[in-house]
Amino acid sequence: MNPRITLAVAGRVLTQVRRDHRTLAMLLVVPCVLISLLWWMFDDLPGGLFDRFGPALLAMFPFIVMFLVTSVTTLRERSSGTLERLLTMPMGKLDFLLGYALAFGLLAAVQSALAVAVSVGLLGLDVNGPVWLLGVVAVVDAVLGTALGLLVSAFATTEFQAVQFMPAFVLPQILLCGLFVPREAMPGVLEAISNVLPLSYAVDAMQELVGAADEGAVWGYVAVVACFAVAALALGAATLRRRTP
Amino acid sequence: MMKNVVAVRDLVVVRGEREVLPGISLDVAPGVTGLLGPSGCGKTTLMRCLVGAQQVRSGTVEVLGEPAGSAALRTRIGYVTQAVSVYDDLTVAENLAFFARVLGVDRASAEEAIASVGLDDHRDQVVAKLSGGQRSRVSLAVALLGSPDLLVLDEPTVGLDPVLRRDLWELFHRIADGGAAVLVSSHVMDEAERCHRLLLMREGRIIADGSPDEIRRRTGAADIEQAFLHLVEEKGQVA
Repeated sequence: MNPRITLAVAGRVLTQVRRDHRTLAMLLVVPCVLISLLWWMFDDLPGGLFDRFGPALLAMFPFIVMFLVTSVTTLRERSSGTLERLLTMPMGKLDFLLGYALAFGLLAAVQSALAVAVSVGLLGLDVNGPVWLLGVVAVVDAVLGTALGLLVSAFATTEFQAVQFMPAFVLPQILLCGLFVPREAMPGVLEAISNVLPLSYAVDAMQELVGAADEGAVWGYVAVVACFAVAALALGAATLRRRTP
Repeated sequence: MMKNVVAVRDLVVVRGEREVLPGISLDVAPGVTGLLGPSGCGKTTLMRCLVGAQQVRSGTVEVLGEPAGSAALRTRIGYVTQAVSVYDDLTVAENLAFFARVLGVDRASAEEAIASVGLDDHRDQVVAKLSGGQRSRVSLAVALLGSPDLLVLDEPTVGLDPVLRRDLWELFHRIADGGAAVLVSSHVMDEAERCHRLLLMREGRIIADGSPDEIRRRTGAADIEQAFLHLVEEKGQVA
């Protein structure tokens, strides 16, 4: 591993995103619009539903968006031959992965800062814990999305397939994360599955921050999500081969 | 006789069910070496072995005295695949700057590489907006970064106009004059005359090895295409 190369990858990825104005706008604006939509939908209903669903949405945006963006961009690297070229150069596998994680983590930080500012500042989301901790959770979620995106890109041969991994990998996590039905109230098997899905812990972290705000518990959840991200990065590294058949 | 830059011995590569290279042996010396043969004869697979990107079944590949693919070689080999392996959404200069940082060479040599493929006027253009020939020259420029001791170029002149092809061959010779070895593959036999030395390849084997003059003399053919056909028919009769 070499910091010069890791930073070169991160810088290059950010330049690519900056050049793509439409993607950049979508990355930053869409979460704000969606969270506003959620607020508006629940506005006239009793029961503080926005406070229940809002945090979960804040946990999902960085995860889903970075998953999609990463799986498509790394697939492009694999199919265009740039990955093969980089691996014949003094590029460590970790340099490549961490470069991506760094770039998309940074983007996620900006994205979350905007979404949190809108939620808390404009829409009146009640956050009992420190607001900056929301940002930390979001960045860890984004890194998780990036890591999983890198991993699944190894199993896709076209961009079309890569996009299909989103319903396959991400939707089940959204259904089982405890947003619709509390995890304890699910059938035993589903609860057990929910317990091994990373997004469950990401949503737990956000909900804890907004609700009871036990910072220790939040860091616990963040640690679990981070472990998943590291495991996915390690598996992703295993799919990067200098020598291919 | 100069020391060989590449030494391949009894190399076997199997892709899927097919033995693409059924035990090939060859050497590459400094100068411009042409690897000529029809599409699908194993040129690309052989080149991937030299840069350490190919899984091999058996045999040895030594490059610059080290086993192919070893870490010490990664800054000393420039490799151009048939695909344009650069980033479409970055400018020419940004692409070169990125790969230069990965290789640990300075910005000046990035500018030098852009100039040597004749893309100064396009340095701030996004690669996706360039023509096919210009894009493949960006890919070539990346391979020139850091003045590698071995350049492995997989069909670098395909689809280029005659003027450009001539310019590129002049560039390959300039690089070789600087002491590097340049291995260029092509399925176009009329490029053979531009090489110091030729390796004619067919079905994963080297069927002739020598200077264009030697090969023509040996086969009594007027040009390399005829020589190739002659060699193939000769082999056919033996078998």
